[in-house]
Amino acid sequence: MDTSVDNGSITRSDTPLRVINSKTPEAIVKTTQRIRRSFRQIRTENVFKKTLVIMGIIMVLLVLGILLTLIVQSLPSIKALGPKYLWSRVWDPVQDIYGAWPFLLGTLLSSFLALIISIPFSIAVAIFLGEYHPSGWLPNLLKNTVELIAAVPSVIYGFWGLAVLVPIVRNFETHIGVEPVGVGIFSSSLILAVMIIPYAASLGRSMIQMVPSPLKEAAYGLGATRWEVIRSVVLPYTKSGLFAGILLSLGRALGETMAVTMVIGNTSIIPKNIFAPGNTMASVIANEFTEADKAVYLSALIELGLVLFLVTVVINMIGKKIIDRFTNE
Amino acid sequence: MNIGSVKYRIGKSYGFQILTTVLAFACVIPLLAILFFIIKAGITKINWHFLVNVPKPVGEAGGGIANALVGSIIIIVVASIIAVPIGILAGIYLSENRKSRLAYWCRLSVDILQGVPSIVIGIVAYFWLVKPLGGFSALSGSVALAIMMLPIIVRSTEETLKLLPDSLKEAAFALGMPFHRVIFKVIVPVGISGILSGVMLSVARITGETAPLLFTAFGNPYLSTNITKPMHSLPLLIFNYATSPYNDWHDLAWGASLILLLWVLFLNIFTKLITRKWKVQL
Amino acid sequence: MESTIIKSRDFNASFGSNHVVKNVNIDIPRNHVIAVMGPSGCGKTTYLRCINRMHELIPGATSSGEMKINDENIYEMHPIFVRLKIGMVFQRPNPFPNLSIYDNVIAGYKLNGIKLAKADRDRIVEHSLTRVALWNEVKDSLTKKGSFLSGGQQQRLCIARAVAMEPEVLLFDEPTSALDPISTSTVEELFHELKTNYTLIIVTHNMQQAARVSDKTAFFYLGELVEYDETKTMFTNPKDNRTQNYITGRFS
Repeated sequence: MDTSVDNGSITRSDTPLRVINSKTPEAIVKTTQRIRRSFRQIRTENVFKKTLVIMGIIMVLLVLGILLTLIVQSLPSIKALGPKYLWSRVWDPVQDIYGAWPFLLGTLLSSFLALIISIPFSIAVAIFLGEYHPSGWLPNLLKNTVELIAAVPSVIYGFWGLAVLVPIVRNFETHIGVEPVGVGIFSSSLILAVMIIPYAASLGRSMIQMVPSPLKEAAYGLGATRWEVIRSVVLPYTKSGLFAGILLSLGRALGETMAVTMVIGNTSIIPKNIFAPGNTMASVIANEFTEADKAVYLSALIELGLVLFLVTVVINMIGKKIIDRFTNE
Repeated sequence: MNIGSVKYRIGKSYGFQILTTVLAFACVIPLLAILFFIIKAGITKINWHFLVNVPKPVGEAGGGIANALVGSIIIIVVASIIAVPIGILAGIYLSENRKSRLAYWCRLSVDILQGVPSIVIGIVAYFWLVKPLGGFSALSGSVALAIMMLPIIVRSTEETLKLLPDSLKEAAFALGMPFHRVIFKVIVPVGISGILSGVMLSVARITGETAPLLFTAFGNPYLSTNITKPMHSLPLLIFNYATSPYNDWHDLAWGASLILLLWVLFLNIFTKLITRKWKVQL
Repeated sequence: MESTIIKSRDFNASFGSNHVVKNVNIDIPRNHVIAVMGPSGCGKTTYLRCINRMHELIPGATSSGEMKINDENIYEMHPIFVRLKIGMVFQRPNPFPNLSIYDNVIAGYKLNGIKLAKADRDRIVEHSLTRVALWNEVKDSLTKKGSFLSGGQQQRLCIARAVAMEPEVLLFDEPTSALDPISTSTVEELFHELKTNYTLIIVTHNMQQAARVSDKTAFFYLGELVEYDETKTMFTNPKDNRTQNYITGRFS
């Protein structure tokens, strides 16, 4: 008899009368109440267990639903435009010409530029907090402040970028002799770089703190300096973790919408250089979704959403896998 | 050993330490710059009139952000009503079922949800609610934001409950308590601070979300409390007015930005403080 | 009155493919103290947890065979009824950290949603705490949290919590292994008091404790019940070689 399965069955032997043995009348009343109550509890217990399972299923269905909705809604565009949509270079909805390349390029350019700008800073924060000063009020303040960077709403970054950063960039552009528009890929990369620092920094910090001290002590024992220990022990040991942090940062940068939309300039032509205005996948969706008057137009935008979804999911999954492997070692 | 080379190495080590420190603290500058600028530009705009009036048309001075404030609060409250119970129950499910196949897929789904770009959630909410219901509505915006809250709540609930010792649950079971009472009367009360901070973090996160609301709540220049109709919210108002060419509207946007920023920072700092006080790990 | 209260026949328990309790047959008499001893990993705790169906809470745990209380099969009852009749005290004191001492004692009622009149509650609390010899120590601080007490007091609070539910059997899983010697002796003294109302089954890896407190002793080795007899007989004249080896300290 396998008794591990709790089927909640109540047999006749459970009737209150059998439970009551030689006890005081008071105890009998108490026991009967208790038992009657317990019958109700058992029903609730079973309902509750099922509810929990349903909640688990809802999470899975939610993700499947998102994926399915995106696929179904992009079908008209996939059918009409085919795969070459992704590398066609012209986007002109008025003429019914759809090519996603300007947005793919805009997204890749702005995200990678942002990543390049932010990496030295986020790694520096990670090393500073993980290795040099793991505790104390000033490092703590730094840690919390860096975390607050992630808390500021992206629309505020966008507004600030528009009002403060764009004029500065425009000045800079005049100096180096490119067309001084201010808004553009470069401006949005700067904003993005700030916004993604916390993700790589906090993950990197916890990874660096996990470096076993015997490893470091071995290097110190050989007469290595602090920097040499960091370069030859800490960084190699944590490189996969740091890489995962950078991936998570990249995932955020790719999907970031509002700040980018506000400072990138919103033109659907292929950017000539990193100072030119452009559009990212997210920003073109934000700008044109409610204006898309033709079925294929709307569907083409949703296909961008699908691409964005798949790319961020893959990047995040790789990042999570690396972190899991790192923390399990 | 050559003393000179040792000195060089030590010097290089200090050099990198200084460089790291400088770079690390440089990260704070943009945040301070934003805070400084927003406070400077926003503080003069905020007064009682600003908080209780709706925006005036272009050309008329004055006007306020009452519609966006009320809208933000309604949208967030409705989103929380949807997301908090589902999120906490799903978190309980994950902490109680660590190895089952469904739990694996559920955990994977939560991970995926956490990384989905907010604009994509907006698209999906548009097709799930706006189109079937025949128009933009605050409710659809709340659903979009609720989807964004879920992963944070699920994860914080799961992580908090996982850390509670098994002995607590055993003590409760040994007293003949049914499963749901063990969870709600013992496990959840003991872990409540961790769960609550997850909820507050998720509220803080969605308070500033704009992208999912663009195609759902849409915005509304008038004060509305009907969740089946379009509704304004603070981030939407900031986006619309900040990208408009009118100075009066920029002023409104600065004031609104300051309020939004204070609201979000307050929630974050408050959450940090209670997590530290209760020693919760998130 | 030597009637059997717990009876198991061919009882087996496993974790996945790991067979930890093998074919245990035992009759436990009412109002006695039974010690279950054996080296660690011998299945004694698992067997104890099978008696009030705590074993099945662990994922992958299974059991088979017959386990009866008052001739009713425990595994045909709902676990909630089983646990109301068979209380349990654990290795480490585990009072509910969010409840006061008072609420901890009546936790079984309070958390199960059973409404009691204030007078009843007070009586149960005083009665239960008196029975575990804790009343005089805590009667002035009943509203304090249970975690303020010392380890020994916490363990007695946990016993009071189990006693408050008026079970028929009380299971103790190495109840003193986390306590200092003085607290241990206080708890051991309780066992004698408690057996007038309850049947006590105590798992211990401490032979002296088994000898001190129990009427009958069961010796488990590698999942089997090797020997089960009057404690006096067991320690003076064991029948099985393995018991002999264990109590003379040849393996532990």
